[in-house]
Amino acid sequence: MALELDRTGWEVTAIDENEDALQRLGEHWSGGFVVGHGMDVDVLREAGIEEADAVVVATNGDNTNLVVGQVAQKQFDIQTTIVRVLDPARAKVYASLGLRTISPTSTAIDFLTEAVRKSEQSPERVEARG
Amino acid sequence: MYILIAGGGKVGANLAKSVLDLGHEVTLIEQRRDRWERLEEEFEHRAQLGDATELFVLERAGIARPPDLVVAVTGDDEDNIVICQMAREHYGVEKVIARVNDPRNQPLFDLTGITPTVSATSIILAMIEHEVPEHGLIHLLELRKENLEIVEVQLDADSPSVGKQVSRIQLPAGSRLITVMRDGQAQMAEGEIELRAGDQVLAVLEPGKEEELRKVLLRKGG
Repeated sequence: MALELDRTGWEVTAIDENEDALQRLGEHWSGGFVVGHGMDVDVLREAGIEEADAVVVATNGDNTNLVVGQVAQKQFDIQTTIVRVLDPARAKVYASLGLRTISPTSTAIDFLTEAVRKSEQSPERVEARG
Repeated sequence: MYILIAGGGKVGANLAKSVLDLGHEVTLIEQRRDRWERLEEEFEHRAQLGDATELFVLERAGIARPPDLVVAVTGDDEDNIVICQMAREHYGVEKVIARVNDPRNQPLFDLTGITPTVSATSIILAMIEHEVPEHGLIHLLELRKENLEIVEVQLDADSPSVGKQVSRIQLPAGSRLITVMRDGQAQMAEGEIELRAGDQVLAVLEPGKEEELRKVLLRKGG
């Protein structure tokens, strides 16, 4: 996500607890990188949250993301705050509370269901491939 | 009362025991299987296995009734915040209590409106302050919702307020004296009462006014 945004011309700063995450961004990474936890407001400030146009929260902890997302939205007033929540049920609850949540699980389920539905309509195609 | 407790560690388990003894109905949710197995021996069906931040786990524990009180005492602050928020905002639970594991996370509970909170570190710190008051003000109570706090001030012979009547003391805006404790007797801090060395004065004030109040009551300089 950080790489994609960087490629499309955004100025990106990534935050990760693990310094090794910087290597995953590759040697050509031109954006910022701050080591720390997103629940730490000082870390968010260091990463420049006060000047940010958008905040994406996508750690592997749903609840961490939900809390950090609210900090970005409520405390720093970032209108475009996107929060990744794997659990579709929790994503829905927080969406109803005004947080912009994205659930990759729901997206995958929709995608797979659609694929199954399509294959039902044209079984011969599945057969041909199988 | 029906009380739902999320987190079956030492705090949650002992709390469950205590409120059961008081005659309340309790459900205790614990995520770790090994812990839950031990809890189940003691609490039987009242101990449920699962992640209390998942809706179906909460619903299985009767969150939709809704409980009179939800207590979130897991070891993760973000989990405690999410449990309390969903209980209140989504299921209409009126009272929630959350444990703060890392006091640095207290602002996150404030931001999300989770109150009251309980933090072992803060309690111990308050006790230490009470024993060794650093600035002459002892914090007694914080009324977060009302944005007020109650402090105790011990006056000594050097205090600038000693010898003055309460009505003559120029208190900072947003503060009031409540009572004056003298010789083991408390009296309301009425205007005509003259403060003496050795008095213990209770004051209510807005957070952030401590330094001004301290100067007026205790010391002229900084």
